Amino acid sequence: MVLLFVGVYGGLMQTMFRAGIIQSDPFVGGDYYKGLTFHGVLNAIVFTTFFAVALGNALIPYSLRKHLNSKIAWTSAIMMLVGSVMAAAVILLGEATVLYTFYPPLKAHPLFYVGLTLLVVGSWLASYNWVPMYLQWRKENVGKKTPLAVVGMMTTFIIWFIATIAVAAEILFMLLPWSMGLVDEVNVMLARTLFWFFGHPLVYFWLLPAYVMYYSFLPKIAGGKLYSDMAGRLVFMMFIVFSIPVGTHHQYMDPAIGAEWKLLHGIFTFGVALPSLITAFTLAASLEYAGKMRGGKGLFGWMRKLPYFEKEKWFFAYLILGLFIFIFGGIGGIINASYQMNTAVHNTAWVPGHFHLTVAGPVLLAFLGGSLYLIGQFMHKEIRCKGWALISPYVYTVGLFIMSYGLKIGGLKGMPRRTNTGASYANPDSILYQQDWIFYIDLSVIGGVLMFIGIVMYLVSFFGTVFSKSTSTEEGAVITFPISEPYHDEPATWLRNFKPYIIIAIILIVLSYTPVILDVLEATYGGSLPYSPNSPVPLR
Amino acid sequence: MDKSEKIAFILSGMLLVLFFGGIMYAAVFEDIDVPTCITNMEPFESDTLFQTGPDSYELQLLARMWAFQPSEVRLPVGSTVDLYVTSQDIIHGFKIEGKNVNLMAVPGAINYMRVTFDEPGEYFFACHEFCGAAHHTMAGRIIIESEMTEGP
Repeated sequence: MVLLFVGVYGGLMQTMFRAGIIQSDPFVGGDYYKGLTFHGVLNAIVFTTFFAVALGNALIPYSLRKHLNSKIAWTSAIMMLVGSVMAAAVILLGEATVLYTFYPPLKAHPLFYVGLTLLVVGSWLASYNWVPMYLQWRKENVGKKTPLAVVGMMTTFIIWFIATIAVAAEILFMLLPWSMGLVDEVNVMLARTLFWFFGHPLVYFWLLPAYVMYYSFLPKIAGGKLYSDMAGRLVFMMFIVFSIPVGTHHQYMDPAIGAEWKLLHGIFTFGVALPSLITAFTLAASLEYAGKMRGGKGLFGWMRKLPYFEKEKWFFAYLILGLFIFIFGGIGGIINASYQMNTAVHNTAWVPGHFHLTVAGPVLLAFLGGSLYLIGQFMHKEIRCKGWALISPYVYTVGLFIMSYGLKIGGLKGMPRRTNTGASYANPDSILYQQDWIFYIDLSVIGGVLMFIGIVMYLVSFFGTVFSKSTSTEEGAVITFPISEPYHDEPATWLRNFKPYIIIAIILIVLSYTPVILDVLEATYGGSLPYSPNSPVPLR
Repeated sequence: MDKSEKIAFILSGMLLVLFFGGIMYAAVFEDIDVPTCITNMEPFESDTLFQTGPDSYELQLLARMWAFQPSEVRLPVGSTVDLYVTSQDIIHGFKIEGKNVNLMAVPGAINYMRVTFDEPGEYFFACHEFCGAAHHTMAGRIIIESEMTEGP
């Protein structure tokens, strides 16, 4: 059952994901913005949600030694699949060229909103499988620590649940009736604000499953132990507290929101940077321990002893490269969040340069590595073409750095994001031609091609494994995950219960969002009729 | 929590406090701020530029699919401009190259920023939020002249 579920999920996500990459090329001509919507929705929303659910379905029952309720898992998988296909089809038909942020008053076909809703509700349903499992385990194991991987996955879905309430409200009460013609007008600023209430925690929904793999798998694969178990727990709880009251930092340049509330969200954003800095320390310390166990000496000698190029430990490459990329992604994130510094970068090509170093770097690599591992485990197959699987993330990472460098520096020079530059600013025949952007645009193409080659190499190994003959003779071969042991293991009783942290989070959300919503309602006037991207005349 | 972990924790916190200090310094002493919520401005449906003082102007800029109105503005060097931006249809974005001005143009709301042009030259601006099929052609410029040779 689980086998099939993971298999279906894997096949689907890979084809979609690959299509996303192909479609994202701004130089193939055709409809660039349709391709961009496809790329954004499939890679950032569909692929990530599928993987997070699959990892939860795999890790939580494994760590708690319980059985998954297969009816719930299947229902959730089918809902997510139907929703994704629905949204993807509407995008391909050109009925939803609204990019993945779907800001009104650009209107998509109602099925686009319905599809996204099904995807989200399907993912909620999956977590209803885990909550009773978790509560029952707690009852049976009074006084014991919940396994860290479970804490991480639960954290991911607690944040997801709170955040998606806002986007569900946006879609169900505002956009869907408006798109169907039941309501004439929509308040654009309010919709935007609700979107970003969801939009920033969304990035932690991407990041946290990667953190779960970093904390539980990475030290073990590297041949060491997790330096501090308590640090991991503290980090997850801090994410619950600070992930959500920060969304307005995407709206620093928006009208109708007071600067003082934007600053408050900025301060909380610095609060959410702290757990990532702690993570950097804990994981570096864990890797140092592993390197020294493997015979590394001196201050930096341990770095050379880690298994970067060991075929049997291909998973290590996906995780370590992701961490390395995240050093730059994280710094970029702090720059973006730095209030007025955002003026220099907001909506320029810097932004995609930044988020490809986060979601398309550590998150994507960890998810790809994780998918391959899950497939190998649940289909009882030996990973094929391990060499390809091992080299893929290196090629991808080199490409990613080249592309992001091009986008970021181009962005600092004023190049806008989400723009088909090939048709105007990068076209020598256009009066809008911008000579000094060309070099950076070229860099991003070179990087993009390398990233694509990296992904193709991965797919060789992935599909090679999926379609290979099963190596296991028995039906019930043992599934294992490389769960790390802690080096420092403190009782940390104050970090064992989610409740107080959820309550603090809700208080912070109310405090930080009430004034923002009031500002928006006070300073906006009139509503907006729906528009198609192809005409300056409203649709009704 | 061992000693090195505590040190890492404290250093991380200090680093963030330092960054925050930089933000507050820029906001308070350099007067670089982000747009705020304004409620004292009447909605406008056409673009206007008028002089409000010897070196100061008010520009009401309208973004629409797929042009800025006005798309070209000429002002003398040293001008301080009270810039109001809104959109007539869907969301657009407005960033003046080389200046601390970056504003979202959202229908149903007015965005505001004050900007001073001390250097003559051409300041390019391009729409930076996706606004439909011809988004990539939506751009304009502010030309700051060292000497005004003629009336507006």
